[in-house]
Amino acid sequence: MTETTAEVAADTDVADSSAAGGTATPGVIDLATRGELAAARGPKTTRVVAARVNLPQRVAELWRVRELFVFLVRKEIKVKYKNSFLGFLWSMLNPALTLSVFYVIFTFFLPNGIPNFVLYMFSAVLLWNLFQTSVITGTVAVTGNAGLVRKVAFPREIMALASVGAAVVFFVFQFLVMVLFLVGFVHPPDWPVLWLAPLALLAVVAFSATMSVFLSAVNVYLRDTQHLVEVVLFAWFWALPGIYAFSGAVHNKLANHRLFGIPGTHLIWVYFADPLVAPIMTFQRLFYNVNHPISTIAPHKPILNGVLAHYSTLWYASSDLVVFAVSIVLLVGAMLVFGRLEGNFAEEL
Amino acid sequence: MNTAVDVDDVSKRFRLYHQKYSSLKERVLHAGNNPFEEFWALQEVTFDVVEGETVGIVGRNGSGKSTLLKCISGILQPTKGKVVVRGQLAALLELGAGFQPELSGRENIFLNASLLGLSTREVEKRFDAIVAFAELEQFIDNQVKYYSSGMYMRLGFAVAVNVEPDVLVIDEVLAVGDENFQHKCMGRIKQFQAEGRTILFVTHAAEQVREICDRAVVLEAGQLLAVGGAAEALHQYHERLMAQGTISGSEPSPDGQPALRRVRLGEPNMEHPGTGSRPYLLPGEPLSVQVPFEALEPVNDVVFVVAIRDQQGTLLFKSDTLSSGQPFEAPLGAGRVDFSFDALPLLGGTYDVEIAVTDHSGMVIDVKDPAVRFDVMNPGRSTGAVALQMRAEIRPPILG
Repeated sequence: MTETTAEVAADTDVADSSAAGGTATPGVIDLATRGELAAARGPKTTRVVAARVNLPQRVAELWRVRELFVFLVRKEIKVKYKNSFLGFLWSMLNPALTLSVFYVIFTFFLPNGIPNFVLYMFSAVLLWNLFQTSVITGTVAVTGNAGLVRKVAFPREIMALASVGAAVVFFVFQFLVMVLFLVGFVHPPDWPVLWLAPLALLAVVAFSATMSVFLSAVNVYLRDTQHLVEVVLFAWFWALPGIYAFSGAVHNKLANHRLFGIPGTHLIWVYFADPLVAPIMTFQRLFYNVNHPISTIAPHKPILNGVLAHYSTLWYASSDLVVFAVSIVLLVGAMLVFGRLEGNFAEEL
Repeated sequence: MNTAVDVDDVSKRFRLYHQKYSSLKERVLHAGNNPFEEFWALQEVTFDVVEGETVGIVGRNGSGKSTLLKCISGILQPTKGKVVVRGQLAALLELGAGFQPELSGRENIFLNASLLGLSTREVEKRFDAIVAFAELEQFIDNQVKYYSSGMYMRLGFAVAVNVEPDVLVIDEVLAVGDENFQHKCMGRIKQFQAEGRTILFVTHAAEQVREICDRAVVLEAGQLLAVGGAAEALHQYHERLMAQGTISGSEPSPDGQPALRRVRLGEPNMEHPGTGSRPYLLPGEPLSVQVPFEALEPVNDVVFVVAIRDQQGTLLFKSDTLSSGQPFEAPLGAGRVDFSFDALPLLGGTYDVEIAVTDHSGMVIDVKDPAVRFDVMNPGRSTGAVALQMRAEIRPPILG
């Protein structure tokens, strides 16, 4: 046992002298050298964590983690069909089975008189499924990944966007089924205007992204959202020209009504205000196209040709573009809302 | 020297609702009258970390350490203020956070690494190193849900350290895992340090802070108590702990400055029946700890405090010379205080003895923490913390 005061004093001195900060720690190379090593690794990106992060920064951050997007999409797909015997085949089998149910009902029990009904409906269902899958999985994208949100930092929007990404992958596979159908029915698409397809697809993707981003954030605070979404989507499907013919069921019936003295046909824009209508009609125009009506008739003068409206190519192109543009504007809004709500995600979950 | 992490006036407020409402009905019913308490988990915390520096964050449970790490890593957004991080940051708040149980180890490595900010090409390059570090070569294509918790953790750490970020943020994840793994992790952290990477980590193990940190940040109730050299900051932290624990209701020193050192404690010594022959005690054996001290001025209000803690920091025993009825007056000079325990009814484990000298108001004058550390080896088969005397008597059923 030692009682020497010298040692005692020395001990306290050590504690005091290190107060200067940055003094060398034994067994560790000195800080200056380490700083040089760090600087030698080249320029670094700067990230700001604050209550408000502006939109360009958020977008830059999303771009930085674009590879994560790919992995999350892959995860979404893999996890969805893991442990199921048919696995990925379900993504194609599912719409095919749904379609056959509708086919039987609307051909034999409640005939709606649409020739080649399967193709008419499939054209609509392709885009509808893309939207529906995006929104349903997107709404729970944040709440369903609570463990991740609480423990790992990454731009949270990417989870909602990955839901859309996965839905796009499913879309591609369902589209292959559509191609099989077209070949089977020997029913070629309208080749000269096929370039409209990516436009319509883009419009639906943008709108799906907007809804997913917005709803995923809202659902964190209001868990009713996910239940409400299911009901709204159910109603929404019937508001689209998938089961019934646009010309017969919508346009011609509107002509029989007047609202405050305005002829019903002038109110057709209300129907087109639904962002999904124009892209779906585009797909039907391309892949269903009864009689191949390459139209020269002026826009906004639809005529009954049994099923489809006779709008010009330009009308389809501009409508899809408008939907796309409006969706992008709304997406910016959704990102802003998301940014406002995001700050408390880790606490709310 | 470049700043790697700049924590600028960061405050974080939590709202503690008595009852959490997240359905529409509940929100409408309780609109406007859902009582909550505001709780500032962090208040105006400002400090910065230069590139290559290793900084430990210490503080008691609930002092805001984890909130601070979450604000730095971007999981939480500060209510006020901001954090600027230069370079890629990887946060290890929970090992294996973000693993998907349904996916294989291989798939999870790619997913997790990209969550932490690594590109696919880089993951491919480091894949073998990650698997080797995690020691999971055989199981890498198994679904993660079949992994044991140890395998899960090893994989989590292996991915995180192989991301090679500029700034590594670690919560108390190293406290879990077996000794071998902890050792491996510490080795990896030191290697990181030698490569000039910035490290910020939260720990309860004062030894780890002393061992590798350049500086330490001490948090107390969400406020920055001290930033400084690791040893000095730790010292202040312990003083604060002692000051608050010693006498209830006493005001801790407002500015957190160490009190004037009128009495200095020397190197402590420990004696037990096995001293010299074995490095551990047996349950129920006596122990005595002697600490020399030197009074630099005559004192008349000095109290010696002794406390025993286990490795989780749980206080097992605390007493002082005032409670045991030994007020102390001394002239200038050297002396010695002996604490003797007649029997320590402890089962196996490692324990720290903390010795401090305070004044009557509880203000710490000097502290040795840990003064000594001892192990208890339990030769019996009973488990737990306390060696209770137990007799069992079985009365067999009487037939007929």
